[in-house]
Amino acid sequence: MASSQVNPTRMELSRQKKKLLTATKGHKLLKDKRDELMRQFLELVRVNMDLRLKVEAGIQSANQNFVIAKASMSEEILHTALMAPKQNVYLDVEKKNVMSVDIPVLNYKTRTSDENDIYSYGFAYTSCDLDDAVKSLADILPDMLKLAETEKACQLMAAEIEKTRRRVNALEHVIIPQAQANIKYITMKLDENERSTQIRLMKVKDMMLEEAHHYKQKQAQALLDAEAE
Amino acid sequence: MYKIAVMGAYDSIYGFAALGLDTFPVSDAKEGENILRSLASEGYAVIYITEALAAGLAHEIKKYQEQVIPVIIQIPGVSDNTGAGVAGVKKSVEQAVGSDIIFGGND
Repeated sequence: MASSQVNPTRMELSRQKKKLLTATKGHKLLKDKRDELMRQFLELVRVNMDLRLKVEAGIQSANQNFVIAKASMSEEILHTALMAPKQNVYLDVEKKNVMSVDIPVLNYKTRTSDENDIYSYGFAYTSCDLDDAVKSLADILPDMLKLAETEKACQLMAAEIEKTRRRVNALEHVIIPQAQANIKYITMKLDENERSTQIRLMKVKDMMLEEAHHYKQKQAQALLDAEAE
Repeated sequence: MYKIAVMGAYDSIYGFAALGLDTFPVSDAKEGENILRSLASEGYAVIYITEALAAGLAHEIKKYQEQVIPVIIQIPGVSDNTGAGVAGVKKSVEQAVGSDIIFGGND
């Protein structure tokens, strides 16, 4: 199907040919990009799922521990114990470029290096269940940060794959066939014009020869002579 | 230097305070929306939200999905868990591949 806006000229033809070439090259590149992104995504998403299941199980068991801790001590003491945390976590965020997708890389730093600083309370009035609960939560914190990193990367890569796939499809099913059809249309039109010019010239040549030599008249005369004999 | 925030019902998140994360107890979705917005602009790189609260903030969370920072991650709370965290992973597979070919058989 040739779109009706195309001018059947040589200039347009070379433009369309250039467009087809670019589109074909772009299509190949984008397809490679999509395949590579997909490969990395599938690897990453499996890690993501494993981490998520692990973190969810960890948080759930930590929550259970906190409920047990809460049951064995008064709410006021619990609140007071966790009111002023000693530890602080900071993040250093870097960006990593994977196939033109920026994904975050999180490096975490704690304010103090002592890992016992997660217990922000004196041990006199709190139950030991609280220690266990805080410990269980602290144990899954690195995994939680890794989860944040991979899950974001997966989300960003999924969006990029979707975009790339659309581009590949648009090139493959719209732009390239359109350019091919346009090229065909222009070539046919130009050939047709050329043939019609050729025929016109032949006709003119015939007419001019006729005028110069009067072939028809001579032929008629010859016929008449033959009849007379 | 970025910080980490945890949002949700108080009972689900108070433990995180001990680890040094900033906790923001939120009781209703409207309040959560405002806090989330201010956290996103205040240098929090990672925001953990309980699934129960995230269910009411889906619209707001979606806005940050295409940005590198903040990273918004759903975590299970003590109650009203929706399973949205796992569903989110499956959704990104669906978005990338077209259908969930990896975890589809797990349900």
